Amino acid sequence: MVTEARPQPVSHLRNRVSLTAVGGLTLVVLLLAWLLVNFVKTPSDFLEVFLIGLTTGCIYALVALGYTLVYGILELINFAHGDVFMLGGMVSATVLASWFGVASGDSGTIVWLSIFGTLIVSMAFCGILNASIEFVAYRPLRGAPRLAPLITAIGMSFILQNVALAWKGPNYIEVVDVLPHSNVFSIGGVDYQWNKLIVILITVPVLLVLVWLVERTRQGKAMRATAQDRDASAMMGINVNRTISFTFLIAGGLAGAAGLLYALYVTNIRYDQGFQLGLIAFTAAVLGGIGNLPGAVLGAIIIGLIQAFNEGLSWHAPGSDWTQSLVFAILILILVFRPEGLLGERTPEGG
Amino acid sequence: MAVRRRTGFLDPVREWIDELEGRILPETAGPVARLTFRRAVTAAIVFLITFVVLAPIFNYATSEPGLWRGAAFFTWLVFVVLYVPPWERIPTIGPYIRPAMAFGLAFTYPFYVSNMFDIPIFGAWPDVSTGVYMLVFIMMAIGLNIVVGYAGLLDLGYVAFYAIGSYTVAWFASSQFAGVNVHFWDTGVGATVPGIHISIWLLLALAGVVTALVGILIGLPTLRLRGDYLAIVTLGFGEILPQIARNGDDLFGTGFNLTNGPNGIVPIDSPGFGSFNYLTGSGTFFTSERLFFWTAILLVLFTIFCSLRLLDSRLGRAWVAIREDETAASAMGVPLMRTKTWAYAAGAFFGGIAGAYYASFKSATFPGDFFFNISVFILCMVILGGMGNIWGVILGAAFLSYLDREGLANTGAWLNQHLSLNIEVPKYEFGIFGVILVLTMLFRPEGLIPNTRRKAEFEVGVHDQPLYDVTHE
Repeated sequence: MVTEARPQPVSHLRNRVSLTAVGGLTLVVLLLAWLLVNFVKTPSDFLEVFLIGLTTGCIYALVALGYTLVYGILELINFAHGDVFMLGGMVSATVLASWFGVASGDSGTIVWLSIFGTLIVSMAFCGILNASIEFVAYRPLRGAPRLAPLITAIGMSFILQNVALAWKGPNYIEVVDVLPHSNVFSIGGVDYQWNKLIVILITVPVLLVLVWLVERTRQGKAMRATAQDRDASAMMGINVNRTISFTFLIAGGLAGAAGLLYALYVTNIRYDQGFQLGLIAFTAAVLGGIGNLPGAVLGAIIIGLIQAFNEGLSWHAPGSDWTQSLVFAILILILVFRPEGLLGERTPEGG
Repeated sequence: MAVRRRTGFLDPVREWIDELEGRILPETAGPVARLTFRRAVTAAIVFLITFVVLAPIFNYATSEPGLWRGAAFFTWLVFVVLYVPPWERIPTIGPYIRPAMAFGLAFTYPFYVSNMFDIPIFGAWPDVSTGVYMLVFIMMAIGLNIVVGYAGLLDLGYVAFYAIGSYTVAWFASSQFAGVNVHFWDTGVGATVPGIHISIWLLLALAGVVTALVGILIGLPTLRLRGDYLAIVTLGFGEILPQIARNGDDLFGTGFNLTNGPNGIVPIDSPGFGSFNYLTGSGTFFTSERLFFWTAILLVLFTIFCSLRLLDSRLGRAWVAIREDETAASAMGVPLMRTKTWAYAAGAFFGGIAGAYYASFKSATFPGDFFFNISVFILCMVILGGMGNIWGVILGAAFLSYLDREGLANTGAWLNQHLSLNIEVPKYEFGIFGVILVLTMLFRPEGLIPNTRRKAEFEVGVHDQPLYDVTHE
């Protein structure tokens, strides 16, 4: 065997990999250094911004999980997901104000019950909407090239946006402001308000239920099996179509919960906000490793923090004008340097 | 796997014509005679449908039914002349006759547009400046078709190339950089006007080259990704570049005004020759609109020519091979990265020229013109028309850009008037485009005028594509 002339391509490949690793590490180090300088300069601002980022990160996590669930099972970027979220917010705002008659500044048990009721309505609405979208727009295209459902997803996204436009008009709609703004604690100039804590208090149980559903139940097992190999799980007697519908239902439910939280926390919503937020959440899902549930949460919190730091810190922060660019730059960098994300495993399929 | 032939709603008609052909034509009739006969029957059916079935509806729908009928008859005659004789069977010049006639019709459009009848429901024919707009978008759609239709790479950020083309012209043919005073072959601009003023003709070429270079720069790191990951990365670039344009009036707090921010760059110079300027035109014959229109037709012809020649080239065949099966193409020795990058560069090139020309026509460029919507708008043209088929793409682009400009407003006005509604139809433009996207994908994924190979891919399906490839570079 003549082997001595062969090993060159391998070393060449190694070189490239280490170069990208160095580049990525440099970026991360620069980012950390920037954060550290900011922390030293204005520690109380830094911590407050950190808490804001954690809150938005929670909302992103709920949306990102929807992307990651659907991607895991169908390998489809459900562009309409962000708009399902937005409709969830609008439905929540309407239900809260019209059905339950909650007005801004209300408080007491009745408000909490109303919020809980709205949560159920919004989750059910978005879940059914998402599952119907799958049934109408993606299921007929199972065997088609991958571009086909992606294109219908974009189409559905535009349709949903226009439904919201027709329903609520082109301006921001105001949502009742019922979450208390009083402080949970105030230590050394760092304030933490109840409305932020409540977002986390609602998000965490929803996430726990989701984990239980996917990890412990029969249906969750079917979901995981279908995600791994659709044909094999069909042979094992799993109803693949029903499982996929169920996944869309769950994903939509999460988007509904996120929509309610967003509406309550930000207190205004507009028909085109879903798409932008959806893209941010998708970035979060990719950052964490698409198809990976803890990854989506981790990625969402990181993206939430990055956004908050970018908009809230004073020393050399690009500012909210650049949030979109920043998030997309992160997305591109991850896809180019580490397409499997932070927690994903590198496989030829990238799943 | 056998090609599953889908039955179309036109199949009974086709069978009926077959039967008619067997009954009327003698056994000895040659293929040319048979073709002519079939087409004549089709033209007769079109005539019947137009003037017997649709006429009552259209008479109700237009204000001047008599005028409509006469003009529609002449349109039908034009259709017969173009379609029925087997022009393509004439040796040597045959394949060029029909495009030449279509070109002639388009080129003389400004002369007869004012005499055209109202189309029922859609209203008046598009005026010449809408024609320019349509031609610009036809050019962009053909460019995107190279990326999406030929090479099968979904590009959701095509608007970035449009933006780069527009801003290239805006920088080098306006008073944006008032600190300097550069004039080079410019027309219609006083020598003392500050800023950079370079001939638009040179800038069109420059915009194409710059955009192609940016396309290569974007492509090199990202084209390693496959399918939907590539789509999302291009979407990212398509969002970042306009944001730079939006925030570029004070770039990173340095006070450097690159793009004039949301106010955009106005005015931009017009093309021209010597003292002959497109903005003012010359006399009643060479009006500004007509000059822009004719030049746009020439640019579109150039694009069509390049696109068709590219498809037949070694590179074009490599694109199609990659689209059908990347792994197999790679195994056959097609260099994936280089081929894809060329597809990107070629698509970007035409997008850049179109953007540059449009900026000069509009004499302005605003960051608000470059939203994600526009990327989807152009993608919609390619998909509706038929991915990979240049004539389909032209049809889709012409129709959708017409809808965008005039059609939706006219149709909406008609609907509101006749059904006593009050809907602002143009407001829901992108919802309508979304419906078009979904319906096309569900019921006719190959588009209105399909590309034969592409159609087979949609019907039989293609090899399942892995998401990204870490092995090749």
